[in-house]
Order: sequence, then C-alpha cells, then structure tokens
Amino acid sequence: LGISFDFATVLTGPNLILLLHGIAVTFELAVWAWVLAFSSALVLMLVRNSGNRFAERAVIFYVELHQNIPLLVQVLFWYFAIPELLPGVLRDWLNDHDSEFILAVAALSFCFAAYMSEALRTGFRSVPRGQFEAGHVLGFGYLATMRHIVIPQALRVAAPPLVNYSLLLFKNTSIAMAIGVHELTYQSRQIESDTFRTFDIYAVTTIIYIAISFVFAGLGAVIETRYAIRQR
Amino acid sequence: MIQIVRDNWLLFLVGQYPNGPLGGLVATFLLAMMGLALAFPCALSVAICRTSQKTWLRAGSFTLTQVIRGTPFLMVVFWSYFALPALVGHAISGFSTLVGALVVYESAYLSDVIRAGIQALPKGQMEAGTALGLSRIRCLRLIILPQALYNTLPGILSQFVSLIKETSLGYIIAINEFTFAAIQVNNTLLVKPVQVFSILALTYFTICFILTQAARMLERRIERQRNRGPSTQTMTAMVAEGAV
Repeated sequence: LGISFDFATVLTGPNLILLLHGIAVTFELAVWAWVLAFSSALVLMLVRNSGNRFAERAVIFYVELHQNIPLLVQVLFWYFAIPELLPGVLRDWLNDHDSEFILAVAALSFCFAAYMSEALRTGFRSVPRGQFEAGHVLGFGYLATMRHIVIPQALRVAAPPLVNYSLLLFKNTSIAMAIGVHELTYQSRQIESDTFRTFDIYAVTTIIYIAISFVFAGLGAVIETRYAIRQR
Repeated sequence: MIQIVRDNWLLFLVGQYPNGPLGGLVATFLLAMMGLALAFPCALSVAICRTSQKTWLRAGSFTLTQVIRGTPFLMVVFWSYFALPALVGHAISGFSTLVGALVVYESAYLSDVIRAGIQALPKGQMEAGTALGLSRIRCLRLIILPQALYNTLPGILSQFVSLIKETSLGYIIAINEFTFAAIQVNNTLLVKPVQVFSILALTYFTICFILTQAARMLERRIERQRNRGPSTQTMTAMVAEGAV
C-alpha cells in the first residue's frame, strides 16, 4: 500500500483547527437535531394515540414517508426544494443565517422524529392499560401515574431503540456534507485535498466517530441494566 | 411534474446508457442486489462467529461489527474509494467502489439480523443435533441455518430496503444512479427543483414502501407458522437497522 504514517501533518496547525471546527459543527448538528427530533417524536406519539382517526392516519403516513425515503434525498429536498416553497422573507432570512446548517438540522430532525416516535409508541404500548387504571385507583394523578408507573416501564422497552436511533442520527450528520455543511466529514475531505494524507486523516476521523459511538453503546448498556427487570 | 417524467424517463431509468455508463433506477437496483448478494456470505460467516463457542471468535467478530456500526456509511464509502484500488492494485469503477462499501457496511448489520435468527431458535435444536452424533458444523448446516435463515427472510428483505436507500450516497462520489440522475435533470431544468425532487423522493418511497410492506406480510406469515409449533419467540425488528 505504501502508506507512511504521519499523523502530525493532519493534527497540527490549520488542519487541527479545521478538524476541531468540524467536530464542533457535527456536535451542534447532532444536538439540535436530537432535541427537535425527540420533542417532535413525543408529539407524534401523543397524536398517534389521540383517538382521532384522521390524525392517526396522518402520523402513520408521516412515519412511513420518512422511513422509506433515503435521508440524503430528504436532505437534498430540504436544500433544493423547500426554500422555493417558502415566502421570500423567510428565504432571505435563511440565506442570511447559514441556511445549509438550518436546513440540515431540519432534515435530520424531521426524519428521526419518525423513527423515534415509533420507538416511543412501542414502549408505551407495552405497558398494559391496567397500569394506568391501577395508578388512578391508588390516587395518583395523570402526571404522577406517568412519572412513577408508566414511563419507567415504557422506557425499558423504548430505550434500546432510542439509543440506537440517537447513534444513527449522530452518524448520519455526515450526510450534511452533501449540501456543504462544514462538519467533521466535510473537513476531513478538505484536509485530505489540502495535504493528500488520505489514510491519516480518514483514520483520525473514523476513530473519532467510532469513539463517540462507543460512548452511545456504553450508555445503552447502562440504561439496559438500570431498567432491567430485577429478579428476586 | 408529469411533463418532466415524460421528457426524462429514460435518464431516470437507465442514465446515459447505452451511450454512457448504466445509471438511474436500474443501476440503483443492481447496486443494491449485488451489495446484498456479496454481503450475505460475509454476514453469515460473521453471524456464525458471533454464536461460536470460541471466545476469541466471538470477541473478534463482535468488535468488528461494533467498529463498522460506529462508522458513518459515508466514511465507509470514502474508505472504499481510497483503499479498494490500492488493495486490488489497479483503478476500479465507481460502481465497484460503492458495492465494496455496501458489502462492508451491510455485513455488520445483516450479520446481526442473522445472529438474532440463530439465537432465537430453541437451544434444544443444537443439543438434539449433537445427541444424534452430528458435528457442530453439520449441525449448523443441516439443522440450525435452514430454520434460522427462513425465519430471518423478512429481516433480510428489510435490510435490502436499507441497501436501496444507502445507494443514494453514490451521488456524493459521482456514481451514476437514481439520485445522481435526478440531480442531472435538476441541473438542466434549473427552475423546477420542487418537481424534480418530488419525483425522486416519491419514487424511492413507492419502491421502499412496497418492499417494507412485503417484509411485514412475510413476517406475519412466518410468525403464524411458528406459533403452531412450540417456539413463540419474536425477533425481527421490522424497521431496518442502519437505514439512512
């Protein structure tokens, strides 16, 4: 292969700054998208269980639509098509405010809201109705029943897929490079074309992604033991 | 929108073929099918290693899948773009580059689907095989895998859906496939992005939705068959894993 290791070139000076900037943007993307996706997923899940047939159908359609279209295509749709549909004022505002970043966050959060709402729904469906009723009989209010009785049980089922989707969301922030968001993958391509040290910079970037994903895996394991059914 | 489809359907379907490389929807399908066909044997070997009795095989295959699962598919594509020609010794086509990336990435995800299928079988199956005097390998081949692979058919089908979705990333390294064709159409029309990208998204949606529904139907059917027998475990997560 003729590879000589020289991580110093890609890890010093302006390259290091590019790299750190990329990591920061990746985290910003991931955190914004996660918060928006999770809160929308909660809303979607509540609407799905609202009892209104029309609203339920709409949520099912939303979920299927986002699960069956490649994320890259969703990102491209947000980048190329959605601004055309917006009123001029909003479009100008987007262009003044780092439109690539905002549209990438939008695409990621709309997509992962669909996945996460399904995970939440399976979780809540796994709690028998009798648990709600038992909570009321014992004098718990709606919120107290949720907090002490329903959510701990629902989370046991919903947590593993939620952690999995969070990891996928994190990894897929790399797709934002397709519309020119300067995140980690974009910057590593930049450093690659500046230095031609392809192996070194890809190795560094990949190790960063893997290290962070191992944190997710650890988190998943902790949640699983924390909420595991305890045998007496 | 209909006008755009009428004017460009050939480009959407096969790209510049026969005057240029095969592209469009046909290339997308070919990529996904080749990816699945080549990933399957790799995934099967990894799955067998993960259920092996030897600790080092289990640990090695587990680490391998975790590492691939931690890497964005786009990074795998770039690795393939850079490393495959060096490994083979000569330049390779973009098509092969993407197939290589799909095989590596899907081997990890598909192996988890197959492993779940193997582990969902009752322990007694393996024990009965060994009691009959079969070696572990013959046991796997004659008793475990036929049942496990049949039960994982829905999971494999939904993994095929993720493969179709993942091929769209070929656009980033300029491989002629469906997304690339749509971008070309968009670049020639310039003023109709909403229509072009709607066509792109709705086509993917139709194909993937039909396949996902087929996988669900298949799963219900296999579930019913199994519930007649003694085992009542469920194992396939129907939302394909690793999907983008």
